[in-house]
Amino acid sequence: MMPLISAVDFGAPGDPLYANGIDGGVIAIMIVKILFVFVVMLVATMFMVWFERKVVSDMQNRIGPNRAGPFGLLQTLADGTKLFFKEDLLPERADKFVFRLAPYLSVVPAFLTFAVVPIGGVVHMFGHDVRLQLADPPAGVLWLLVMSSISVYGVMLAGWSSGSKYPLLGSVRASAQMVSYEAAMGLAVATVVLTTGALETSKIVAEQWQPLNSSLPHWVHGWNLWKLALVPFVIFTVAGTAELNRPPFDLVEAEQELVGGFHTEYSSIRFAMFFLAEFMNTVTMSAVIVTLFLGGGDGPTLGLPSWLMYLVWFLAKTFIFMYTYVWLRSTLPRLRYDQLMDLGWKYLIPLSLGWLLVVAAAKIKVSYAFYTLAGFFVAAALLYVAAQVGRERREEEQDDFGTATPPRNNTPAPEEASV
Amino acid sequence: MGFFDGFGITLKQTWKKKITYQYPEEKRPKPERFHGRHVLNRYEDGMEKCIGCELCAGVCPAKCIYVRGKDNPPDHPVSPGERYGFVYEINYLRCIHCDMCVEACPTGAITESKLFEFSFTNRQDAIYKQDQLLVDDEGNPQQMPWEDWAHKRKQAETAEFERTKTSGWLRATSPSGSAQSEGDPLWSGDLGYGVRPSEPDQDTRDGGAQ
Repeated sequence: MMPLISAVDFGAPGDPLYANGIDGGVIAIMIVKILFVFVVMLVATMFMVWFERKVVSDMQNRIGPNRAGPFGLLQTLADGTKLFFKEDLLPERADKFVFRLAPYLSVVPAFLTFAVVPIGGVVHMFGHDVRLQLADPPAGVLWLLVMSSISVYGVMLAGWSSGSKYPLLGSVRASAQMVSYEAAMGLAVATVVLTTGALETSKIVAEQWQPLNSSLPHWVHGWNLWKLALVPFVIFTVAGTAELNRPPFDLVEAEQELVGGFHTEYSSIRFAMFFLAEFMNTVTMSAVIVTLFLGGGDGPTLGLPSWLMYLVWFLAKTFIFMYTYVWLRSTLPRLRYDQLMDLGWKYLIPLSLGWLLVVAAAKIKVSYAFYTLAGFFVAAALLYVAAQVGRERREEEQDDFGTATPPRNNTPAPEEASV
Repeated sequence: MGFFDGFGITLKQTWKKKITYQYPEEKRPKPERFHGRHVLNRYEDGMEKCIGCELCAGVCPAKCIYVRGKDNPPDHPVSPGERYGFVYEINYLRCIHCDMCVEACPTGAITESKLFEFSFTNRQDAIYKQDQLLVDDEGNPQQMPWEDWAHKRKQAETAEFERTKTSGWLRATSPSGSAQSEGDPLWSGDLGYGVRPSEPDQDTRDGGAQ
C-alpha cells in the first residue's frame, strides 16, 4: 500500500515535512498521522486492558475473559459500552464545573503524551519526507514531563471536587505520590538528556542507534540502558510505575483502601475516562521507556524493509514492558503510603541526583565518574560515622522499654496486716 | 535473590493447568447433600407423600412455607392416610435453604434436590406452588420455563445428575441410632426410583478403617 517508503534514517532534528512550506499534501499527511495515532492509542488501550486481564488470570491459574469475542478480545469494548449506559451521577456537594472538568484533565494528556514518541525515523512517502512521529518539537522530552504534571491536576481536582472525604484523601495521596516520583523521573530523564546532548526524542533515539564502542562489534548499539550503567533505567521504570498509580504503588485507587480513591464518586463516562487514561498512560510509559533507554525501534533488519522491522522491534520492546507492568501487578503486594513516600524521597531522588553527577563527570572524562563514585562512598561513610556518634550514648540512658517503671520480678507483695 | 523468587512463581503459573470451569457447558460436581430447590416426593404408586401436617411450615425459620391440609376425598385420595397437602407454597425469596423442613417432615415428602439455577424474573414466579414442586410422573423435578438446569447439556446425563439423591438427605446409615440396623432403609420408595439404598457407612465410604 505504500510502495514509496524508503529506508529509515533520522535526518536533522525538526520535522522535514514542513521544510518546503505547508501545502495541501502536508496538511493531509499531518491529519492522517493524527488520526492514526488517535486510533492506535485507543486500540492499544483496549488491547492493554484485555492483555492485563488475560495475563493476570494466567498467573492466577484461571482463564480470563473468554466469552466476549474470540479469546475475550471484545471484553473491553463490552465494558466500555456498559459504562456508557450507566447513570451519570453528580454528588450534591460536588463542585459542578471542576467535577466535570477533571476527567478531561486526565484523558487529554494521556492522548497527547504519545505525540512525541518516535516509532521510527524519517521515511519518504508520497513525495514527502515524513517523520514517524506525530511531532518533534525542540523540547520533546520536556513535553513528556509536562503532560504527566498536568495529569496530576486531573487526579487532584477529581478528588477535591467530589465533595466527600475518601476521594479527597485518595487524591491528596495520589497527587503527593505522583509529584514526588516525578522528581526522580525528571532526574533520570536529565541523565539521558545529558548523554544525548539534545532534548528532541528523535535525536535521543538516533544517538542510541550508534555503535557503543569501537572496541566492541559494530552491531552493539549504544542504548542508554547500558550506556548509563542501568541505574537511570531502573529509577525511571520504578518512578514511572509510581507515576502511573500502577501496582505495587496503587494504594490511592485500590478498592480495599479508599473505596475507589479519587474516582469513587465518578460513574459512567467520566469513570471510563479515568480508566482509559490510566491504561493509555501505561502504554505510553512503556513506549517512552523504550524510546529513552532501549533505542526505540533499534534491532536487526533481517532482510525485510527497514521501516517495517523498526516498527516491529519498537512494538516488541513496548510489549515486553507492558508485560512487565502486568507481571508487577500480579506479583507484588501493595506498598503502604509511608513506604511509598520513603522510597521516592529518601532513596530514588538521592540516587538519581547522585547518578546525574556521576554521568556528568563521565561526560567530561570517564575516569572522573569513578572518582565521583569514590567520593560518594567516602561521603556516605563519613555521614554514617557521624550519625553513630550520639547513638550509643542515647541508647544507654534508656531502660529496656524506655519507661519509668523498673522491670517486674518475683518479689511478693509486701505483707499487710491481716485482719 | 529472595525478592525475585516471587516473579518466578507467578511466571510459572502461566504454564500450569487452569482450574476454571466453563460454565454453563461444564458444571462443578455438587456435594451429595447440596441444598438446592425443594421437591415434593411421591410414593411408587404415584400418591403424594405430603400429609398436610404443617410441620415444615412450623419449623421454617424464614417462614417461607405455606401449607394447608384437607381431608382426603374418599373416592380419589391424594395421599395414603386421612389428610393431604391441599395448599403448599414455598417462597424462594425467603427460603434460606437450611433444610429444617426436610428434617421435620415425618413422611419424607419434602426434600431438597441439587437444582440451583432457578432465576425467576418477578416476585410471583418466586412463589412455587404445589404443582410446580411435585415430582413429575418419572419422579424427576419439574422444570419451570425460567429455570436453566437442563439447558445445553445432554438430557440423560442431566436427568441422572440432577435426580440422583434428590430425596437422599436423611439416608444415614443407622436411622434408629442403633448399629444393628445399620444399612436398613427405613424410608419408603420414591416414584420412578424405588427404594433408594442407604448410604454406605463411613468406613466403607472412606475405603477401610481409619
